[in-house]
Amino acid sequence: MTQQNTAIFTNVGERTNVTGSAKFKRLILEEDYETALDVAREQVENGAQVIDINMDEAMLDSKAAMTKFLNLIASEPDISRVPIMVDSSKWEVIEAGLKCIQGKAIVNSISLKEGEEPFIRQAKIIKRFGAAAVVMAFDETGQAETADRKFEICERSYRILVDQLGFPPEDIIFDPNIFAVATGIEEHDNYAVDFIEGTRRIKQNLPHCKVSGGVSNVSFSFRGNNPVREAIHSVFLYHAIQAGMDMGIVNAGQLAVYDDIPLELRKAVEDVVLNTDPGAGERLVELAPKYSGLAQAEKVEDLEWRTWSVEKRLEHALVKGITEYIEEDTEECRASMDKPIQVIEGPLMDGMNVVGDLFGAGKMFLPQVVKSARVMKRAVAYLDPYIEAEKEEGATNGKIIMATVKGDVHDIGKNIVGVVLQCNNYEVVDLGVMVPAEKILQTAIDEKADAIGLSGLITPSLDEMVHVAKEMTRRGFDIPLLIGGATTSKAHTAVKIEPQYDKGVVYVNNASRAVGVVSSLLSKTQKPEFLAKTTAEYVKVREQQARKKPRSKPVTIQRARDNAAKLDWDSYTPPVPKKLGVTEFRDVSIKTLRQYIDWTPYFMTWSLAGKFPRILDDEIVGEEAKKLYHDANAMLDEFEKTQALKPLGVIGLFPANRVGDDIEIYTNETRSEVLELSCHLRQQTEKTDFPNYCLADYVAPKGTPDYFGAFAVTGGLEEDDLAEAFDAQQDDYNKIMVKAVADRLAEAFAEYLHEQVRKEYWGYAADENLSNEELIRENYQGIRPAPGYPACPEHTEKKKIWSLLQTEVRIGMQLTSSYAMWPGAAVSGWYFSHPDSKYYAVAQIQKDQVEDYAKRTNMSLEEAERWLSPNLGYEPE
Amino acid sequence: MPNKSAALKEALKQRILILDGAMGTMIQEYKFEEEDYRGERFKDWHVLVKGNNDLLSLTQPDVIADIHRKYLAAGADIIETNTFNATTISMEDYEMGSLSREINLESAKLARKICDEFTEKEPHKPRYVAGVLGPTSKTCSISPDVNDPGYRNITFDALVEAYIESTLALIEGGADLILIETIFDTLNAKAASFAVEEAFEQAGITLPVMISGTITDASGRTLSGQTTEAFYNSIRHIKPISIGLNCALGPDLLRPYVEELSRVCETFTSVHPNAGLPNEFGEYDLEANEMSLEIIDWGKEGFINIVGGCCGTTPEHIKAFANGLAQIKPRSLPELDVRMRLAGLEACNLN
Repeated sequence: MTQQNTAIFTNVGERTNVTGSAKFKRLILEEDYETALDVAREQVENGAQVIDINMDEAMLDSKAAMTKFLNLIASEPDISRVPIMVDSSKWEVIEAGLKCIQGKAIVNSISLKEGEEPFIRQAKIIKRFGAAAVVMAFDETGQAETADRKFEICERSYRILVDQLGFPPEDIIFDPNIFAVATGIEEHDNYAVDFIEGTRRIKQNLPHCKVSGGVSNVSFSFRGNNPVREAIHSVFLYHAIQAGMDMGIVNAGQLAVYDDIPLELRKAVEDVVLNTDPGAGERLVELAPKYSGLAQAEKVEDLEWRTWSVEKRLEHALVKGITEYIEEDTEECRASMDKPIQVIEGPLMDGMNVVGDLFGAGKMFLPQVVKSARVMKRAVAYLDPYIEAEKEEGATNGKIIMATVKGDVHDIGKNIVGVVLQCNNYEVVDLGVMVPAEKILQTAIDEKADAIGLSGLITPSLDEMVHVAKEMTRRGFDIPLLIGGATTSKAHTAVKIEPQYDKGVVYVNNASRAVGVVSSLLSKTQKPEFLAKTTAEYVKVREQQARKKPRSKPVTIQRARDNAAKLDWDSYTPPVPKKLGVTEFRDVSIKTLRQYIDWTPYFMTWSLAGKFPRILDDEIVGEEAKKLYHDANAMLDEFEKTQALKPLGVIGLFPANRVGDDIEIYTNETRSEVLELSCHLRQQTEKTDFPNYCLADYVAPKGTPDYFGAFAVTGGLEEDDLAEAFDAQQDDYNKIMVKAVADRLAEAFAEYLHEQVRKEYWGYAADENLSNEELIRENYQGIRPAPGYPACPEHTEKKKIWSLLQTEVRIGMQLTSSYAMWPGAAVSGWYFSHPDSKYYAVAQIQKDQVEDYAKRTNMSLEEAERWLSPNLGYEPE
Repeated sequence: MPNKSAALKEALKQRILILDGAMGTMIQEYKFEEEDYRGERFKDWHVLVKGNNDLLSLTQPDVIADIHRKYLAAGADIIETNTFNATTISMEDYEMGSLSREINLESAKLARKICDEFTEKEPHKPRYVAGVLGPTSKTCSISPDVNDPGYRNITFDALVEAYIESTLALIEGGADLILIETIFDTLNAKAASFAVEEAFEQAGITLPVMISGTITDASGRTLSGQTTEAFYNSIRHIKPISIGLNCALGPDLLRPYVEELSRVCETFTSVHPNAGLPNEFGEYDLEANEMSLEIIDWGKEGFINIVGGCCGTTPEHIKAFANGLAQIKPRSLPELDVRMRLAGLEACNLN
C-alpha cells in the first residue's frame, strides 16, 4: 500500500475480539481483564484508530463480559481515547455495550437478514444512542455474493435508514462481505472482484456512506502461509481502496507493502484478486509454497516416493493431491486385501486422516484439501465395481443429511465434509444454509437418513444446534447427530448439546475426521462402543468444564448487602399463619406419604441413571429398574401393614422479622421477646444482573409483621434396627433397600408437610392443587431450604430448629456432634412464604462476612471458618 | 400551543439570547433554615432537607417566583426551572424520590406562569421556560471506587428511567424547551438525551433541546475525560438547538473552549459560566461589570448565540450581559463537511 492510500483508510483493531484472537479469548475466559486491557492498549499504541470489541463466545456470559470490559476501558484514558466498535451477533450484547460508552461508537453489525422489522427497530435504537452502524450486505435470502446483490441490498438498506428513519447517511458503514478466493471452487473465483465492484457502486450511488470489510477472509484458503496471505491482503486493499473502501478490520502485522511484493507473486495474486482467467487460482496455489518460508523442503520433489510401500504411496498421493498413479496404487492395494472395502477403510482413510490433521493444523490449504478429495474420489470410483460385485454386507453405505443451521450461512466446512463423505460412498443430502430445524428433521424422516450433520460458524448457530438436538429428542429420533463448524467445540457439544439428545451426539473437529466418525456410527458392531466412549469423554469434559467455571470476583459484604434483593414490602402483606406455634405429626400413614415419593433419586441410589417413570421402560436398565421398583413397593406395603417403620414430623410457625442478614423469631405477636435468631449468609461475588441473595431478604423488616417456619421429619426411628436385622441375615440387598425406602419416605414427608403448611397451617395457598410431578418440580410459592444445603450451607443452624421445635423431645430425632441428623433418613429446614423466595447457592464468601457471621452466631472466627470451610473464598490463617 | 420552536430559532438568528443566572446563589440570600425548607407540608419529614433547593418550589414557591421575576426583569429571554436536582436519583439524597415528578411539574408550572406574565407585558420579547435536567449525583462511566474501576453505582437504564419521569413532568408543566446541563459525564447526558427522546415520543411532542457540558478544570476536558469536540461528537445526534458549556470555570478560563466549540459546532452555542472561581470562603466574587467585559468580547468575536450565568451570578450580571450584547450580532452557523464524526475521549473525524 502506498502512503497516500493509508491516509484515507481507517484501520479497525481486531485483537480485542474473542472470535478472532485465541489469546484474548483465553484472557477473558480466565477473567484476566488486566492483561486483556493490555491487548487493547497495545492496539491503540500500534495505530488502531477504532477498536473492535467482541465477546461472542458460547462459554461466556457475553453481555456481562462486554459490560465489564467496556467499564474497565472507560477508566483507561490511553485506550478510551479512540472510538469503540461494539461487535456482536447478539443484539442484547450490542445494546448492553452501548449503555457503557460515552463517546460516539460504531455498532457491528445490523442487516436485513431477519427482515425489515428487526432491522428498523435496531437502527432506531442505534440512532437514539447516536452510534454509527456497520450494515452487512445480507438480506432475507442470504449473504450477497455478486456485485449486483451487494449493491441491491446496500441500496435497500440505505433507503430504509436514510429516507424512512432519518438515520444520518454519514453514520452508515456498509460491509459488502469479503469472501475467500482461490478455494478451488469455481464459483468463488470472482468474490474479490464482486466486492471491489460492489464497493465502487455503493460509493458512487449512496452519498456519505462508508465501506468496510474483514480483509483477512479473502486469503482464508492460504491459512498457514503468511507471506502469501499478506500479499493477497495488500493487493486486495490496493484495489478495494481505489474503488472507495474506507475502513476495514485489518491486522496491521498481516499486511505486506504492496511495492515490496516480489513481482512474480504480485502478478499471481493480482490475477487471483482480479479473476483474470480460470487458471489464476491454480497458479497461485502452485506458486504459494515457494513463498511460504518452507520453500526449500518442498523443492526436492522427485519420484522417490514411488519406491515406498503402497500404503505410504496412497497417503502421499492424497496429501499431495496426485491423481497420476492413484488407480495403479489402488489396484495394487486391492489385490493384497481380502475385500475391496478394506482399501477404503484402511489406507485411504488413513491418508485422509493425515490430510485432516494437516488441514486442522493450518499446514494444508483448502484448495489442496479439495484436490485430496478428488484423489480419494478417483480411488473410490475405481473400487466401486469390485465392491458392487461382492455385494459386501459389512459395507453399509449410509445416507447423511447435512445442513448449515438456521441463521447461518457459512458452508465451506459443511461442503468439504460433504465431498469427503461422498468420496467414501456415503449418500449426502445437502440442504444448504439457513436451514430451519423442521426442514432438517422432516428431510431426515423422508429420506430415512442414517445420521444428521449440522454445521455453523457464527455464535448463535450454537444455540440453534441445541434447539435441533432438543427437537430430535421431542420427535423421538434415534439416529446420531454430528456437530461441526468453526465455533463449535467439544466443550460446547458436551455441555450444551449432548445432554439434549441421548441417541448419540458427536463433535467432529474437522472434515476428514467425519468419515471415521460416520463409519463408526453406522456400523452396527462399532456403534455401541464408539458411542459409549464418546459419552464417557463428554461426561469428563463436562466435569472439567464445571470445575473450570470462572470464579466471579468477590465483593465486600457491604457491597453485597447494598445489592440485596429488594422486595417490595409496601405493596405486599405477608400472609398470617392460620396456626402459629409447634405442631407434631405422628400419624401420617405410609399410604398417604408414598403418593409424594420422588422415585428418581431412589434409582440413583442403586446407580441406575434415568428419570422415573421412563426408566422402567429403559432398553438397558429397564428390567432391573422394574425389579427395584417392585421390591420397594412390596416393602412399603409391608411397613404400611405392620407399622414397623413409623414416619414422624414436627413443624413450627412463628412471628419473625428480618434484622440485617438474620431473622429474629419471636415468642409471640408482641414481637418483644426474641425466641431464636436464625442467621444467614449472603452471596458475596460480583453480580451484574442479579442481586446478592440472602435468605433473610425474604422476610419483612421490622414494622411489617411477617412469619417464618421450621420443620424436621424422619422416615422412622426404626430405620437402623431394621437395617441391622437384615444385616444379621447377610441380606445386603434389603439392608440397602430399607435405608433407601426410609430416605424416600423422609423426603416425601417433607414434601407433604410443606404442602400442608402452604394449604392449611400457614394457609397462604389454600387453593393450591398440584400433581406430584409439579411438586417435584417445585412449582409452588415459598421454599423450604435445609441447613447444610447451598442456600444456607452452615450446619450448626440446625440446632436452632431443634430448639425451636423441641425436636428431640417431641419426635426423638437427634443431632450428632457434627450436626448430622439421626436417623439418617431425615430432613429439616426453614419455611419461607414470600412468592419471590427461591433457591440459590451462597457459594464463596469472604472473611469480612465470616467475621460478622461469627459474631452473630456467638462463635469464634476459627469455629465459624471450620463450619464454613467449603464456602471460604480465602485461606483462613 | 403556538410553535415556539420556530420563533425561538428565528430569534436566535436575530440576536444573542439571554439565559438567566444562578438560582442557588439567590436562594442563599434568603438565609433559609431547616424549617423554611420543610414548610408546613414536610414539617415531620424523617431526614434533614436543608439545602434541597428544588424542594422550595413546593414549600416556598413565592420566593422561587420572585427570583424568576428578577431575572426576567433583568432581561433574560430564557429562564431555567428550579429542577437541577429534581430527578428521582438526586432526590433520593433526601429520601424524596417519590416527590420527583411533583417538583418537576410544579417548578415548570411556576416558571411558565412568571414567563407568561412578562410575555403579556412585552409581547415583542417572548420569554421561554427551559426545563432543566441536571447531571444527578452519580456518574455512569466513572467508578466511585478507585480500587475497582469496573464498578458503577448507577446504570444507564436507571438514569433513563429517572430522566423520562422528570422530562414528562417538565413538559406537562409547560416547559418550552429542555436543557440538559452541567454534564460531567457524557454517558449521563446520553442517558438524558435518550430519555428525552423517549419522553417526547410518549408525550407526542418534540421540544427544542439545549445541551450544556462542563469543562472541569484547565485540562480542558469533562470530568469523564472528553475534549470539547469529542463531547460535541458524542451528543450531536439528538440535533440540539444549542450546545454549550457551563459551570466550573469563570469566563477567563473558559474562553479557549468556547472558542473551540464555536469552531466545531454546527448548531447554536450557549455559555453560562460561573462568576469566576470560588474564593477562600466559597463565594464567587467576579462582579457583574467585570464579568460582562469578557462575555461581551465573546459576542464581538462571534462565539456565542445564548449566554447566561451559572454559580455566583445574579440579576445584576444578567442585566449587564443583556445591555452589553443588545447591539451585537449573534454567531452565524458554520457549514461543516458531512463526515463520520466518531469519538472516544478524543474526536475522530473520518473522511
